[in-house]
Amino acid sequence: MAARVRALETILTRKGLIDPEAIDVIVDTYETKVGPRNGARVVARAWSDPEFADWLKRDATAAIASLGYSGRQGEHMQAVFNTAETHNLVVCTLCSCYPWSVLGLPPVWYKAPPYRSRAVIDPRGVLQEFGLTLAANKKIRVWDSTAELRYLVVPQRPADTDGWSEDKLAELVTRDSMIGTALAREAA
Amino acid sequence: MVVALHERGLFGWAEWAERLSAEVKRPEAAADGSDYYERWLAALERLLAEKGLAGHDEVDAVAAAWARAAHATPHGQPIVLENDPESAPSLSAATP
Repeated sequence: MAARVRALETILTRKGLIDPEAIDVIVDTYETKVGPRNGARVVARAWSDPEFADWLKRDATAAIASLGYSGRQGEHMQAVFNTAETHNLVVCTLCSCYPWSVLGLPPVWYKAPPYRSRAVIDPRGVLQEFGLTLAANKKIRVWDSTAELRYLVVPQRPADTDGWSEDKLAELVTRDSMIGTALAREAA
Repeated sequence: MVVALHERGLFGWAEWAERLSAEVKRPEAAADGSDYYERWLAALERLLAEKGLAGHDEVDAVAAAWARAAHATPHGQPIVLENDPESAPSLSAATP
């Protein structure tokens, strides 16, 4: 497999279609610069600033871009807010569409067939396997990502965090809580 | 590489996602998704072949050259394509 990848890179470089240095920059960006901390900042801002939360609800693409995070594939973002009544869960049943600009690269399980099929058929069961048992009367909405539209879950703000700074709040926001397979951390 | 090619405007991201989705859905794909990167590579190869950007035979040939180069490269040194004994210009020039 490695030889075929190198072969593609060689052919495309010879034809001037790619620049190996540009690829190194892209890889470095996603490996070291872009990650779920971006999404955590978005969520912490939404928790702290009702106007921003409102903007995020109406036009997540623009609100997120205002913090400097925009997608490379021209995709649109939609933020889905957890409430006391409803929990949101994100999946990509087709392949692995994922909000890279705010969460970085997807975890292995997100790309695996069991999650991709079962998140839709039995979301409550899947969440239990992640250690998250929701009250029976809590509704679960499953959002199926596409190449054009990616979702970010805004978890509920944990109790006893009044007056916390955005930085401190962001530490409670985990990657999984923004996919919907977990809740935000409790205030310690 | 996919991101770079997309940014050059060689294909749309939806077009790419469609190919990738078709590859991971093929019956021979591993049920646990352990071959995800192989599927990803297969999707890219198909797309590039269809676009006439890199044909299957061309990729086979260059991949074979890389494999030969890897064998010909002493351990601990970086593998470069010039190490392929069959494609080294100095050797082919010396051949009568």
